[in-house]
Amino acid sequence: MAQLNVNPTRMELTRLKKSLSTALRGHKLLKDKRDELMRQFLDIVRENKVLREKVEKKIAEANQYFAVAASLMKREVMSSALLMPKQGVDLQVGTKNIMSVDIPTFNVTTKTNSKNDIYSYGYVNTSGDMDKAISILSETLDDMLKLAEYEKSAQLLASEIEKTRRRVNALEYVMIPNYEDTIRYISMKLDESERSNTTRLLKIKDIMVAQNIEEKKQTEQY
Amino acid sequence: MYKIGVIGDYDSICGFSALGLDTFPVKNIGEAEEILKKLSELQYAIIYITEYYIEKMPKLFDKYKQQPLPAIIPIPSTQGAAGFGINNVKKYVEQAVGSDIIFNDNN
Repeated sequence: MAQLNVNPTRMELTRLKKSLSTALRGHKLLKDKRDELMRQFLDIVRENKVLREKVEKKIAEANQYFAVAASLMKREVMSSALLMPKQGVDLQVGTKNIMSVDIPTFNVTTKTNSKNDIYSYGYVNTSGDMDKAISILSETLDDMLKLAEYEKSAQLLASEIEKTRRRVNALEYVMIPNYEDTIRYISMKLDESERSNTTRLLKIKDIMVAQNIEEKKQTEQY
Repeated sequence: MYKIGVIGDYDSICGFSALGLDTFPVKNIGEAEEILKKLSELQYAIIYITEYYIEKMPKLFDKYKQQPLPAIIPIPSTQGAAGFGINNVKKYVEQAVGSDIIFNDNN
């Protein structure tokens, strides 16, 4: 039984009761927040897993083609082919609010409209495998952006859930029991002093009555 | 306007430059760390970095985890996926739920 170090007065009791009701309310709200965060988080993390597996597979595939291309072409030719990209990306960052966690959303606009217009080199000196690799990467770009969004959300939500869970537990297992114990202690102490006061009054009354009787007896004798 | 950066060894990331992402080829971890720090101060909202390098700088990675931007995303290098990226997702689940409930079927 752990109780707070307070004076057992009526004022303290009212104050503590108020704090307890706030703590109970906060506990309920935080618990709801945690549950909702958890629901959102699980959706996001499932999606995250699927996306990551997909992106990793695609990038590995592209890397294979790149390896073939690199073995067929001179290194200088390859780097000069990639030196001046035709394609450009503009990234817009918005924010989405999930249970007061700010989560970035990424929106990308590409400079060239057509998917076939991204090759920044003539086809003469370069290997076809490189075209293939780049086309795979450009297909993956959308998924990569989504992956970035989901993974960042998962990061932020995970740390928020951890914090919220700690708060819920602190309230549930420390703060609220402490308040309850202290309130019980104070009310018992107050009751006790009430009782001792009553007995004292009874005792005093007895003494006074006895005195009165004594006085009356004496006046009657005269 | 925000930008997207890619950090890694040249062979792993050269393809991304064709897509209009900014690539930063590096040769060692010190260089990678320096570029990562620099990029996160600039207008880079997403930084893709190969697993090989991000794995070796957990402190820096943890630091950026707490911030809304930039998003630092591990990608596989030419050596293939070493499992660091997917393990990370696993770690988030463990952090949030307390135990891993999504990836159980894999192992």
